[in-house]
Amino acid sequence: MKSLRKQLDKIKPQFQKGGKFEKLHSTFDAFETFLFVPDKTTLQGSHIRDSIDMKRTMSIVVASVIPALLFGIWNVGYQHYLSLGQTAGFWNNILYGLGKVLPIIIVSYVTGLAIEFIFAQIRHHEVNEGFLVTGMLIPLIVPPDIPLWMVAVATAFAVIIGKEVFGGTGMNILNPALTARAFLFFAYPAFMSGEKVWISDKADGFSGATPLAEAAAGIDTGSVHFTHSFMDMFCGFIPGSIGETSVIAILIGAVILAFTGVGSLRIMISVVLGGIFMGGLLNLVAVNAFMEVPFYYHLVIGGFAFGAIFMATDPVTAAQTSTGKIIYGFLIGVFAVLIRVLNPAYPEGMMLAILLMNVFAPLIDNYVVEANIKRRLKRMKPVKA
Amino acid sequence: MNTAKTEREPLFSAKTKKLLLGPLNKENPITVQVLGICSALAVTVKLEPAFVMALSVVIVTAMSNLTISALRNTIPPRIRIIVQLVVIAALVILVDQVLKAYMYDVSKQLSVFVGLIITNCILMGRLEAFAMANKPWDSFIDGIGNGVGYGIILIVVAFFRELLGSGTIWGLPVLPKVFYDLGYVNNGLMILPPAALFLVGIIIWIQRTKNPDLQEEN
Repeated sequence: MKSLRKQLDKIKPQFQKGGKFEKLHSTFDAFETFLFVPDKTTLQGSHIRDSIDMKRTMSIVVASVIPALLFGIWNVGYQHYLSLGQTAGFWNNILYGLGKVLPIIIVSYVTGLAIEFIFAQIRHHEVNEGFLVTGMLIPLIVPPDIPLWMVAVATAFAVIIGKEVFGGTGMNILNPALTARAFLFFAYPAFMSGEKVWISDKADGFSGATPLAEAAAGIDTGSVHFTHSFMDMFCGFIPGSIGETSVIAILIGAVILAFTGVGSLRIMISVVLGGIFMGGLLNLVAVNAFMEVPFYYHLVIGGFAFGAIFMATDPVTAAQTSTGKIIYGFLIGVFAVLIRVLNPAYPEGMMLAILLMNVFAPLIDNYVVEANIKRRLKRMKPVKA
Repeated sequence: MNTAKTEREPLFSAKTKKLLLGPLNKENPITVQVLGICSALAVTVKLEPAFVMALSVVIVTAMSNLTISALRNTIPPRIRIIVQLVVIAALVILVDQVLKAYMYDVSKQLSVFVGLIITNCILMGRLEAFAMANKPWDSFIDGIGNGVGYGIILIVVAFFRELLGSGTIWGLPVLPKVFYDLGYVNNGLMILPPAALFLVGIIIWIQRTKNPDLQEEN
């Protein structure tokens, strides 16, 4: 460790003002703070400082998606061999999954970080760590067979249009990972929906429909037939986007996020409540087969769980006030189920619901703050009189 | 616009040159004044209709500016908006009929948007802001400048939307078949209206980066 520190100190002057590589300052800074805790201290005034900075926060989020990622890698292999009618061992599944998932992760990271670094050099700010999370989330919300160049294009779109235009990490209105997914969904629908895409290299005769698609098909056929049991959906032995299938793995991540306080438990719970509320309401109306699907199914099919835990809780794009978080989360749950059931043309209502509420989050906050000010002003009046 | 040729003529002073070229960049109706966005989103899926639309708007802005400017001293201020609308509407109907007669296919693609030139904010804006207070020749130039400023953005946006969304330019396939064999797929988002919004946004971004005086102070 010491020799590494010495090495860094030796080359540091070259990257500071007047140095040979002055322009690459932010690149150097990014790597230095990645390796060592920044030694900056507060110069004036007294502030409470915590050792948790953005890098640590982001690391925790990345750690919390790892269970979903590992399960996803295994499930890609499992679904592939299952569709072929073979039973491969645990390690064969993992190996096959790695071969599919790893390239997507690499492409997403390389594209995104390259753009982040370029913008950091041009704008002379430090390279922000936000992309560490985005780059991990993008692979988890795409089908395993997605062409890699599409991942690259979508990532570039998300980073440039979704984030850098607004001023970079912390300034974005929309969740960048979901922006990438929405881009893919509208630009290349053939690769993002239908029943062919969710199982990698599947055998022709095998139905690869996700439970969500099966439920939507129920509108036409009159009744919903799920190929998989509720338990299978809960555990994640179903076709779907790489990281979204297993509710158990996602819940492990939720515990990590909630325990460390990085992700807001308030949002997670209110999203689930919103989903249950809307699902229950539709159960009561129940004019078609999809509406009759018991409300608890909505929590385990599609990207509902993944979105609730990892997407809706994004601290930048979510509402900031406590009351605002509850409203924001609840409406995400409501809209996700609403879009799913009432507009089967958009099967993944969760993505659209979160993006929609991202846009409204600042408005919700504004009204919550205004209401608070009004309430406190009212309290003042009797004193005046 | 053939500006190189027009500069030599005595009719074009520095002032008229500014009237003509200003709207192309720093006073662009779409990217700076943010007018006429609606049709910019609607007709830019393909290059050909976008070009025809741009041409129609140039004609209507130029001729309506000229007409209103010539009448400006005789129009009672109270009913000026109605007079302006009558002039614009007459011109738009003329353009629409010509398109229907000679370019029926394009006219069908443009559908209501030719008729909706009447409601294009650029037109009323130029009439109110310029033609009512300036001489006919200057107004005519101003109309052409603003029409072309609008048209350029339309054509740039349509070029990229058609290239990326359909793989064609002016209806002709330009991407080699090898691309598709290798797995390239046309971008479906580019055919949807939001793509025009993204592209216009990117153009505004580039333009503002190049012209610091367009940027607001923080």
